[in-house]
Amino acid sequence: MSELSRTGYQTDKMWVTMGPQHPFSHGLWTLRVKVDGEYILDAEPEVGYLHRGWEKECENRTYAKIIPMADRLCYSASMTWSHLYCKVAEEALDVELPERAQYLRVIADEICRIQSHLMWLAALGTDLGSLTIFLWCLREREFFLDLNVRLCGQRLTTNYPRIGGVRNDMPYYFERDCMRVVTRFEKALWDIINLTDESTVFVNRLKGISYLTRKQVANLGITGPAMRGCGVDYDIRRDDPYAAYDKLDFEVPVLKEGDAYARYMVRIEEMFQSCELIRQAFNALQKIPKTSPYRLKVSRNIPEGTHMARIEDPRGDAMMYLVSDGTGSPYRLKVRSPVFVNVSASKAMLEGCRVADIPAVMAMIDMCLGETDR
Amino acid sequence: MPDDAMIEAPTRTDAEALIKGKFGSKVVFRETTKKNSKGDNEGRRLYIDTDRDTLYELCQYIHDRLNFEHIIAVTGVDWVDHMQTVYHIVNYLTAMVIEVTVDIPNDDPHVRSVTDIWEGANWHERETYELFGIIFDNHPKLERLLTPKSYEFYPFRKSYKLRGQPDE
Amino acid sequence: MGYDSILNWVTFDNPVNNAFYPFEVYNVPYDIGAKLWELIGGTLAWLINLLVPGNGVSTWLVSDAVVNALAIILMVIVIFAVGFIINLTMIWQERKVLGRGMDRRGTKIGPLGYFQCVGDGLKTFMKENVVPKDVDKKIYWWALALVIGTGVLAACMIPLSDRWFIMDFHAGILTIYALFALAPFFILGASWAQNNKYSMMAGFRAAELMISYEIPMLLLMTAVILQTGSFNINGIVNAQSEMWFMIPQFLGFITFFICAVAESERAPFDLAEAESELVEGWQTEYAGMKWGLIMLGDYFRGYICCGLIVLLYMGGWLLPGIGGTAVPELVFLAKIFVVFFFFILARLAIPRVRIDQILNAGWKVLMPLSLINLLLVVLMQTGGLI
Repeated sequence: MSELSRTGYQTDKMWVTMGPQHPFSHGLWTLRVKVDGEYILDAEPEVGYLHRGWEKECENRTYAKIIPMADRLCYSASMTWSHLYCKVAEEALDVELPERAQYLRVIADEICRIQSHLMWLAALGTDLGSLTIFLWCLREREFFLDLNVRLCGQRLTTNYPRIGGVRNDMPYYFERDCMRVVTRFEKALWDIINLTDESTVFVNRLKGISYLTRKQVANLGITGPAMRGCGVDYDIRRDDPYAAYDKLDFEVPVLKEGDAYARYMVRIEEMFQSCELIRQAFNALQKIPKTSPYRLKVSRNIPEGTHMARIEDPRGDAMMYLVSDGTGSPYRLKVRSPVFVNVSASKAMLEGCRVADIPAVMAMIDMCLGETDR
Repeated sequence: MPDDAMIEAPTRTDAEALIKGKFGSKVVFRETTKKNSKGDNEGRRLYIDTDRDTLYELCQYIHDRLNFEHIIAVTGVDWVDHMQTVYHIVNYLTAMVIEVTVDIPNDDPHVRSVTDIWEGANWHERETYELFGIIFDNHPKLERLLTPKSYEFYPFRKSYKLRGQPDE
Repeated sequence: MGYDSILNWVTFDNPVNNAFYPFEVYNVPYDIGAKLWELIGGTLAWLINLLVPGNGVSTWLVSDAVVNALAIILMVIVIFAVGFIINLTMIWQERKVLGRGMDRRGTKIGPLGYFQCVGDGLKTFMKENVVPKDVDKKIYWWALALVIGTGVLAACMIPLSDRWFIMDFHAGILTIYALFALAPFFILGASWAQNNKYSMMAGFRAAELMISYEIPMLLLMTAVILQTGSFNINGIVNAQSEMWFMIPQFLGFITFFICAVAESERAPFDLAEAESELVEGWQTEYAGMKWGLIMLGDYFRGYICCGLIVLLYMGGWLLPGIGGTAVPELVFLAKIFVVFFFFILARLAIPRVRIDQILNAGWKVLMPLSLINLLLVVLMQTGGLI
């Protein structure tokens, strides 16, 4: 900050408290920033307003009852969280999923990823003061929520994966609907990109702010698109594959710039990749006979032991650590939320930015308080 | 190979051999019994039990030499007769996860913080502190994070009963 | 005279014949005011005369002096009412166009959703009048009143045509601009008085923004005045009967447009009320109807900006090739709505600009451009091209 500190006269620094009710904080959390005029010298996030003791609550429930609870960890990426929970339970039971369930989970996850990223882009639009981006993104997101309704009857809290498979096979014509939505979306996303990337104002708002190096990102534990925008080539879907991701061919977008714009670009490219994944998964599903099982019968009790599973959430690296004692409910279930760690790094991200950059920088970690506070 | 050279992408066997060579009997490797889950079959998990005096040194070794740049989480577990902290550490290049488990006695719940190795462990340690009462020495700011500052109990300990949980 | 009928009193004179007629030319709002008073005052006089025949009050009520005084008051009310309706229409236009651009409906109440703004106004009117405890009460209220007041006053001084004006004097354009440019001081005062960090930061931003955009605007106006040789609005408009100034001064027109959007604090230059980081900017602590009035004042400022663009560059109420029409007011308003449409388009398409970027643009791009424009006008003037 030395190049910013002025000589000759003394300026007063002040702490500004942003939140818990503030237009930029999408959810209930507080960011306290120390500013010198418009420059940020220090930042201190405060979370915990939504702490429900989720992990402790799970110790009180049977394994099956936790699936809908896992949905509630994040309102806009519920599918990946229930998937993650089912995955850790499956690892504990040591079962291999039926192939059909694997592909269905991939499809559901990628639908979830696209709609979560669209919610992020919409929020970024309002953060930068453009309501048009917001509404266009939400319009596109609506189609994916409709797909969720077709698949599992719910828009947001999907409750679709089950331990040992998925709740139901895909409905009639789901593939047709899905392909229509995806084809439409790939066009519509270009429309939105014309609003964002083609606008010098938008690009200038994001470019050159909040630089992070690869080392910093690794050390701070930032994960997800925010990490891949800083040059870390790491994606659990590809590097530690789960479900059917090892059978699908996709690219992991990685950019070396490390500023907010790179993080933005990574997310946009991820949406295109997700479309591609959905398409491939359907192609693969066609080769699997329709009568093949989509769900295994598994035991209610999970054998004693400790198990870890991780998954690529739209926001980053999600992990669950399950300690089971052989009974019908977990002994301890730890949730590693990507946003929880990403937000703890907000000081590194915000230092040297201007007050006007706070919404843009914080939008890049895509806050979701349900999983942060648990 | 020089003793302090960094190995960028160690395989599971490499890592196991190196850690064993460095720490000898202070670390115990656990084998997994899983057959079907993919991650273990492809050699991306390494389970280590150690004691709390070796922990910091081990973490430093894993970070500096074996290039495990990223800590996923620090987890606390209350085993009633003792506490436990679990560290999941990952290497970006091989996506291998090392799980380090450390036992902590109930009457002296102290363990060395790893925040100065991985800044990402900061909030996880704070969370584990406030929910389990495990004190992380040398932590830069060990304060309550999720629960109110006025709490004087540790809600995730087994001694804290939820409604509907039987009293033993 | 037999005072037996109301018609004896309601004479509907030509107001120009009034001994105290204040203007040099015919003025429509004054005419409306005078006729309204003749109707109201005449009825009053007739009623009084019925009760007390042969009194002096009746004749006084319709004397030239009283008619003139009340005609001026009613004229001001008429001008404000028309300005107010124009503003409501602009709000409606903005919401409708934004709605269309964002794939939603915009306003819905009333025919084509026109009465939504009225409903919203009533809603804010019903809100509790919350004044925070620690504000500096005097400045808090006065600055608010002055921000809105100067805006409305300047808006009312925009003439709709050569027969619809409040005053036709020789420094007209300068007076409007002076009133318009007063706002930053009051905004700064208001933001300081609120005892709120967000407001304070926003107040500084507003002051920075407006001051850095007023100078290029003034330079651009200088170019127009140089070309016309008159500060009088009528003179400026009449000088454009052949060709709009936006053709010789195209550079100036574009620069003025950008400055005008910034000056009226509309998106994408609405940094002073950047809701994503500064809550509601300098209006944070103004709740209820105070906020409603500020919003109205904002639209009045937008109206002034559109009005200035139309007057300075788009030939005011004259049409090229045709000149004056039967209803020049409507021509003027149509042009204003066209200009405002482009304001809305800018808001629709562009995200908010950051403060340092906007100041850079103001001082390093728009300021030199306005100087170049001035230079071009001087060269053309001396070369006899225009």
